Amino acid sequence: MSVPVSWYLMLAAAMFAIGTAGALTRRNGITIFLSIELMLNSVNLTLISYSRLLDDRTGQVIVLFVLAVAAAEAAVGLALFIALYRHRRTIDVDRVNLMRW
Amino acid sequence: MELAIFLIFSALAVVSALVVVTHRDPVKSTLSLVVTLFSTGVLFLLLGAPFVGVLQVLVYTGAIVVLFLFVVMLLNLQREARSEGGGRLQRVFAIAGALAFLATSGVAIWRSAAGTAVGALQQDFVSLTAFATELFDRFLLPFEIIGLLLLVAVIAAYVLARRPEGSVAAAIDEHHAGSGAGGSEVTR
Repeated sequence: MSVPVSWYLMLAAAMFAIGTAGALTRRNGITIFLSIELMLNSVNLTLISYSRLLDDRTGQVIVLFVLAVAAAEAAVGLALFIALYRHRRTIDVDRVNLMRW
Repeated sequence: MELAIFLIFSALAVVSALVVVTHRDPVKSTLSLVVTLFSTGVLFLLLGAPFVGVLQVLVYTGAIVVLFLFVVMLLNLQREARSEGGGRLQRVFAIAGALAFLATSGVAIWRSAAGTAVGALQQDFVSLTAFATELFDRFLLPFEIIGLLLLVAVIAAYVLARRPEGSVAAAIDEHHAGSGAGGSEVTR
């Protein structure tokens, strides 16, 4: 008896919602980044679920690419935070609003 | 058996995801993300993607999260200060929006749930050879481009994070090195 794929999709939707709420409410740059990783991860789970449901391996290959893009994004983003911290001594996004308005 | 594993690890994933977004200490948030990513990796195994599941644990929890931890330690971040008002409206709307998304997709998934029953895993779906054939045959060009993207990202990270010549920080270091008590020569 296999678990229906819709349960996995439901779990992925819940994790995506948690990540969205985190990315929009937190003010620490690192935590916002962690929330974005959470959202990427739930999308990966969705891709793998559909790959299982449709019996098609394309979803797994795309997850591989998403992993690589997430690694690149983390590297560049964290380097940005280091540069930002060097200038402003904070990574609180409420106090880094030069380009927001 | 599969149901038990699914229930345990999905509960673990949701709880640790909540800890990630609610905890005020960035180190504990990051460590909680490890639990989430590992649980998702186990679910990948259940869904017949063992290679991606192992890669998830190796790349995500082994490399990316360590990078996060490294930066958190390097910046010596304190616990996030309490929001000094103003952010309350944003918080309410953010949570309402996330719940709206969850409700919408939940209804959509619920309605189409009848068609999502799957049979037992087939041997050739799990096979690594078939996965590799797919990756290096149909997706060879995207694979190469991803390699290029990683190279660009590494160069970008280096350029962004390095200490620029003649910056204030470098000048302060020079000053300290110069004004050190006579004998102790500080070289960099």
